[in-house]
Amino acid sequence: MPQIKTVVGRRSFLKSTAMAGGGMMLGFSWLASCQPLSEEEVLAMPDVWFDINSYLKIGDNGVVSILTPNPEFGQNIRTSMPMLIAEELDMDWQKIVVEQAPYHPEKYGFQFTGGSSGIRTRWESLRMVGATARYMLRQAAAQTWGVPLEEVSTDAGTLYHQASGKSAHYGEMASAAADIPVPEEVKLKEISEFKIVGKSHKNVDGKNIVTGKPMFGMDYKEEGMLIAMLEHPPAFGLTLKAVDDSAVRAMPGVVDVVTVRCYPESYEKASFDVNAFPETVAIVGRSTWEVMQAKKKLQVSWEPIVSRTEFVTNFGGVKEAVSIPAGLESTEGHRAAMEALAAKPGKVVRRDGNPEAAFKKAAKVIERTYSAPFLAHNCMEPLNAFAHVSGDKARIAAPIQIPAFVIPALSASLGVPAENISMELTRMGGGFGRKAYAHYVVEAALISQKVDAPVKLIYTREDDMTNGVYRPAYQATYRAALDENNNLIALHIKAGGVPESPLFANRFPAGAIDNYMAEEWKIDSNITIGAFRAPRSNFIAGAEQSFLDELAEEMGKDPIAFRLDLLKRAKENPVGETNEYEADRLIGVLELVRDKSGWGDKKGNRGVSAYFCHQTYAANVLDIRVEDGKPIVEKVYCAIDCGVVVNPDAARNMAEGAVTDGIGNALFGEMPFREGAPVKNNFHNYRMIRMNEAPKDIEVHFVENEVNPTGMGEPPFPPVFGALSNALYQATGKRHYHQPFLGEEQVIG
Amino acid sequence: MEFLCKNSFSSTYLPFNMATIDLHVNGKKHQVAVDPNTPLLWVLRDHIGLAGTKYGCGVAQCGACTVHLDGEAMRSCVLPVSAAADKKITTIEGLSEHGEHPVQKAWLEHDVAQCGYCQSGQIMQAAALLKNNANPTDEEIETAMQGNICRCGTYTRIKAAIKTAASLG
Repeated sequence: MPQIKTVVGRRSFLKSTAMAGGGMMLGFSWLASCQPLSEEEVLAMPDVWFDINSYLKIGDNGVVSILTPNPEFGQNIRTSMPMLIAEELDMDWQKIVVEQAPYHPEKYGFQFTGGSSGIRTRWESLRMVGATARYMLRQAAAQTWGVPLEEVSTDAGTLYHQASGKSAHYGEMASAAADIPVPEEVKLKEISEFKIVGKSHKNVDGKNIVTGKPMFGMDYKEEGMLIAMLEHPPAFGLTLKAVDDSAVRAMPGVVDVVTVRCYPESYEKASFDVNAFPETVAIVGRSTWEVMQAKKKLQVSWEPIVSRTEFVTNFGGVKEAVSIPAGLESTEGHRAAMEALAAKPGKVVRRDGNPEAAFKKAAKVIERTYSAPFLAHNCMEPLNAFAHVSGDKARIAAPIQIPAFVIPALSASLGVPAENISMELTRMGGGFGRKAYAHYVVEAALISQKVDAPVKLIYTREDDMTNGVYRPAYQATYRAALDENNNLIALHIKAGGVPESPLFANRFPAGAIDNYMAEEWKIDSNITIGAFRAPRSNFIAGAEQSFLDELAEEMGKDPIAFRLDLLKRAKENPVGETNEYEADRLIGVLELVRDKSGWGDKKGNRGVSAYFCHQTYAANVLDIRVEDGKPIVEKVYCAIDCGVVVNPDAARNMAEGAVTDGIGNALFGEMPFREGAPVKNNFHNYRMIRMNEAPKDIEVHFVENEVNPTGMGEPPFPPVFGALSNALYQATGKRHYHQPFLGEEQVIG
Repeated sequence: MEFLCKNSFSSTYLPFNMATIDLHVNGKKHQVAVDPNTPLLWVLRDHIGLAGTKYGCGVAQCGACTVHLDGEAMRSCVLPVSAAADKKITTIEGLSEHGEHPVQKAWLEHDVAQCGYCQSGQIMQAAALLKNNANPTDEEIETAMQGNICRCGTYTRIKAAIKTAASLG
């Protein structure tokens, strides 16, 4: 690893205390204070902390506190990010305590949890934090001992000068180190030198989780805090007309009933300001149950929305017009509209060779259409947020994936300057994309402002499930042209959805086929959608990998060998110059899963699938049997290439979870609509995978390499859909084109 | 209205729908003044201040709110607090003093949790299972645990942890 400039993250090294060189006390945030320490832990705590940089405090006894920047929703970055810092600090992992950093972009950069981007984007900068601190400690020791810097070495939190036999733990040099100027550049370790990264470390929050310590947004509590719940329209396409709160105001525990309007007319929305119901009614009271009871009695009338166009600044900073039609939509209506658009020419996104001519001369054309419904995220922790707006200041504590993205909406809705908004990032009880759309934080803040009190807004499960920001409904038609020798000569994909297309025109198998065309279409809708674990990939991977399976069968080829042939072509002589994947790495995971699963030797009902998204490559082989119409997944083999695996057991956990989640959504996941209303509203009718339906065994293997690490939250999820459908075909002789595979009859085969 | 949450308040002054109820939670006595229909879940979370028991669905479909009532697993989100009066209630906070219950230890050994939100309910369900059946088969584990949803999909680890806990006894 070359020298790297520290200047990139210079703002990360702002000293957060004025007491330069002196000590500072550990700040008492709710997140720290709600987790009482055991007597042992208290004794192990230092008397004084020295602030080395915004991520690191070193105690006088050598204990190191790491403030981890990105919010946690279960992908275990509260362990793996501190591991990166500790590695370069050369610290004893046992003497590290982890704190959650609050929202503070000047100190902690882009605190973004989503897009499987955490480790990928922090890989260098967090290691630099540790390496810089280690340099400053060594420099402090060199000056104190009067020896050359080069002769000061470190090991597990202790500084050594071999020639003189001097040594000191980091705590003893922390005070002096805090005065050392931040170096212009530092050297990072070679991967071969790693002692912490690459070895499994237990979740730093494990003990708190198994003993039920409060840590989630839902657990947040303050003196004098009121509870609020919202009533939103029962259907998309409706908005607030009038409220009759007379019966409710007299109910026990009820403090107030207020209407809240997020996003004022003048506010220019960005792509994460998604909210189907900008105007809602809030009931505010003393306790959750009392508010729940009052909510049942609230009388609200609703009226149809009018069609409108919103201008939304997308993730890339471009302002786009989004058309929101009036009307009450239904799943049947969506299906009919999708069929109609699929029959018309779409917008051509990529065209290689001459696909029309190839299809014309084809000896055989295979065409298959795949579809999938809207899905609700169903994080186990329903949406919630604490807010206390007082004068021109707002204080927030919430489960939120991308705090920076809610600041503009909060500021505009409250009339509070952005710099006066502080935010604690609580642990999230699941996110999956849903908690990136933080309208609930804006709502909580508006309620607090109106009632002039600290408020925790809680969504009931029903509110959470029927509020929108769903995974869109998708459809894709794949067509393949085969010549008289059964060679694949052209591929045509036409895909679309309500209201977005799932197409990735430049991913495999683009680049592997001479004649290729990808088209897309979309249908406007007033049902709100958003990122859901591996957006778009979570549908298109299953469609593509099912189609390739059927194609391989038609061509008389082994499904893995067929994919490898295509990938070999894409690697050696790629078609086009805009391909977004590395054929070699996709080959790597396919070969690994082939070898680990004993593909070819082992018989049975197995399906294979491989996919690339979010810079990570994943392949699955899935073994299944069907008993009385019930699919039983006996074994799943996963092969993953995410570069350097930072925390192997935690990475395996992510893959196991993604596989199980994928099987559940493929078999059962579905949010239908009738007259604008979500048909399902709780777990009695929204079927989630349960333990008896989960795979009996999951084996996860990683490709070993020294590529910079990429994410694990999403990539292991999309390929499962294809592996499952291909295995189901082997087990039942029936291809499954439409999710959920279990369908209305609730049986397979 | 603050008085509604005070444990020692005399029932004489309670609003009409309130009652004072004696609860035994994790070996401690509590007296709460609440609507007797209030689910135990909200009494634990809002009134007694034990947030380890989670709200997931409110209709006994997800298991996040599982507690022990006289040693049996119960969904506290649908259990009126009046039905829990004078019974022995154990929540995740009281399963063991320092997290050393075999199920908790096994959960740590297998590093089960992802987001962690459902896990206190899963642990309480698993602990109740093992109390009644010290050495459950895979099928018995699946049957006992199928009321507990984990969207993160940690079921394979939960099952492995239950087997480890059984061996720890």
